[in-house]
Amino acid sequence: MNDSLATAGSAPLDPVRVTDTTLRDGSHAVGHQFTEKQVRDTVRALDKAGIQVIEVTHGDGLGGSSFNYGFSLTNEISLVAAAADEATRARIACLLLPGVGTIKHMKEAASAGASIIRVATHATEADVSVQHFTAARDMNLETVGFLMLSHSVTPAELARQARIMVDAGCQCVYVVDSAGALVLEEAYDRVRAVVEEVGTDAQVGFHGHQNLSLGIANSVLAYRAGARQIDGTLCALGAAAGNSPTEVLSVVFDRLGIPTGLDTPALLDAADDVVRPFINPPLMTRTTIIQGQSGVYGSFLKHAEAASQRYSVPAHEILGRVGELGYVGGQEDMIIDVALSILAERETVAAVAHR
Amino acid sequence: MTLTAAIVGSGNIGTDLMIKLERTPEIELRYLIGIDPASEGLARGHELGIEVSSEGVDWLLQRAELPDIVFEATAAQVHAAHAPRYAEAGVTAIDLTPAAVGPYVVPSVNLDEHLGAPNLNMVTCGGQATIPMVAAVSAVTPVPYAEIVASIASRSAGPGTRANIDEFTETTAEAIENVGGAGRGKAIIILNPVEPPMIMRDTVFCAISPDADRHAIEESIHAKVAEVQQYVAGYELVNDPQFDDPRPGWGGQARVGIFLRIEGAADYLPAYAGNLDIMTSAAARVGAMLAKSTQEVSA
Repeated sequence: MNDSLATAGSAPLDPVRVTDTTLRDGSHAVGHQFTEKQVRDTVRALDKAGIQVIEVTHGDGLGGSSFNYGFSLTNEISLVAAAADEATRARIACLLLPGVGTIKHMKEAASAGASIIRVATHATEADVSVQHFTAARDMNLETVGFLMLSHSVTPAELARQARIMVDAGCQCVYVVDSAGALVLEEAYDRVRAVVEEVGTDAQVGFHGHQNLSLGIANSVLAYRAGARQIDGTLCALGAAAGNSPTEVLSVVFDRLGIPTGLDTPALLDAADDVVRPFINPPLMTRTTIIQGQSGVYGSFLKHAEAASQRYSVPAHEILGRVGELGYVGGQEDMIIDVALSILAERETVAAVAHR
Repeated sequence: MTLTAAIVGSGNIGTDLMIKLERTPEIELRYLIGIDPASEGLARGHELGIEVSSEGVDWLLQRAELPDIVFEATAAQVHAAHAPRYAEAGVTAIDLTPAAVGPYVVPSVNLDEHLGAPNLNMVTCGGQATIPMVAAVSAVTPVPYAEIVASIASRSAGPGTRANIDEFTETTAEAIENVGGAGRGKAIIILNPVEPPMIMRDTVFCAISPDADRHAIEESIHAKVAEVQQYVAGYELVNDPQFDDPRPGWGGQARVGIFLRIEGAADYLPAYAGNLDIMTSAAARVGAMLAKSTQEVSA
C-alpha cells in the first residue's frame, strides 16, 4: 500500500519543493492572531520534517495589519525573527502585495531573517511588482512572484504577465488559485502556458485552495505541467476552505514517486500534534463552496462573516455579489459597501411591499 | 487678478488639466510644454490656441514673458530637477508629481496656510480624495490612526503609478498625518481590471474614541463633502458614515468608516478615472485660489 505508483525502472522524477504557508495563509483563518509560541512550535515541527521554505507574514502580506484586513496580534516582523531563530535548515519567506506593503517592509523582514520574498499581484497587474523584484534582487533575496486569482484570466494572458515578473527578476512564478476556483485541466493549462513562456528563465509554482476540494489534485496536475514549487499548509489552515494540506501533499507525492525530501510521519505529527490543537480547521461550507464556484478571493470570507453579523445579511449573498462586481484581492472594504447595498435594497423592497 | 500659467507635461494629466484651466477664469493658460512633438496633448493645445512646445522646460524659461505659475505634470525626478529653476525664475510651482519639494496641499483643508509658498505639492490622487475626510473627523475629535483604501480602474493607472506604487502609499500616508491630522496614517491602493472599468472608490477608516460625538462627526463629514464638491462635482458619499464600537485588536478605539465614489468630469480622460480628475481639479482649484489671493494683496 505504501509503495510508490511510479513504474519500477523508469527514469527518476524531478524533485518538487513544497513551501509551507501555514504561518501566512493560515493567518487569515486565525484572524491574524498567531502568537510567538505558535509560530516557534510550528516552525520547529516543519523544520524537523524537512520543509525547506516556511512563509511567515500577515495573511495579506507585509504591512497587512490594518482595519481593512485585520490587525495582527503580534507584530509580524517579530514573528519573522522568531521563525528565523527557530529554523535550523528551513528558510523563511515573506509575502508582499504592492499597494499594501513596501520595499521598506521588505528590508525590515530581511533584517529579521527572511531570505525569500514572494511578491503578489492580481493576475493582470504584474507590472506593479517590478520595483519590488528589482529591490529584492539588489538585496540578494530569493524571489517568487504570485499571480493571484489566476482563474480569472486565460492561460495565454497569465503567461504574458508571468513574463513581466520574470524579466523584473522573479525566479519562480506561481499560478495562484486564490479562490479555489480552478478545476483540473484549468490548473494544468495555466501552469503549462507559464512553463512554456518562461522556459529555463525561472521555475513555476502552484498555490491551491480547497473550495472545490481540488487543492491536491490540481497540485499534482500542476507538477505534471512542469511546476516544481508547490504550496501547502498544515491541516489546510488558510483562507476560505483552506489550502492544499502540506501533510497530504507529502503523502501523495511519495505515492507518485516524486521526490520532496520531506519526512511524512514528521509532517503528520506537525499537523495533528502541533497545529490542530490551536486552530478551528477551515471547512467547505455553502459560503466557501460558492467562493470557489464564483471565483471570489478566499480571504474575503472572514470579512463577509463579520459584515454578515454586523448588518444581518447572509455572508454567501455578500460574497456572491462581490463576485458579480469583480472585486479583487485587497478590496475588503467593498464588502461593507456590498452589505449596505443589499440592506438598502431590502429596505426599499420592504417599503414598497408595505405600501 | 488673472494669473498667467504654463503646464509642463503634455500627457494624460497635463492635457486634462489644460481643459480644466481653459474654463478657469482666474487663470490665463499661455504655454503647454512636452517633450514629444507627436503627443496628442500638444496637438490639442495647439487647437485651443495655446502656445505649445516640445522643447521642454528650457524653452519655457527662455520666454520673454514668464508665466506667474507653472503646473508640473511630469514625474517626481523631473520635477525635482525643475523646481530650483522655477524658483530662481520667480515662478510659483504647483506640483502634481509625488516629488514633494514643497508642502502638501489639499484645497479644502490647508490651502490657506500655503498660498505664499513658492512650491506646492498636490500629494496623490488618493490623498486628494481621502484627506478631506480625515481632516473632517479630526476637526471634531482626535484621530490617533487613519487608514485609506483607494481602488482605481487598472486602465486609469499609468506607467508612472505602476512603476512607483510605493511612492503612492508612502506619500499618502505621510499627508494623512501632516495634512489630515491623524496621529498615524496608512494608505493602501488596489488596481482593479474589471470591465467596464470601475469608477474610483475610496474608503477612509478613522480610529476614534468610543464616546466621540458621532453626530458632530457626521455633520463635519457632510460639510466637507459639500466643500470638495465645489471643485470636484463627481465627489460623493456612497453610504452614510458607518460607526463601529471597539472590537478586539482595535486597542479600545471605535471606528468610523467613510465610503466615497469619485466620478470624473470626463474632460480628456473617461469618467471612471476619478483618480486623475480629482488631481487635475484640485490643481486647477489651487491656481484659482492663488489668483484670488494675489488680487486681495494687490487691492
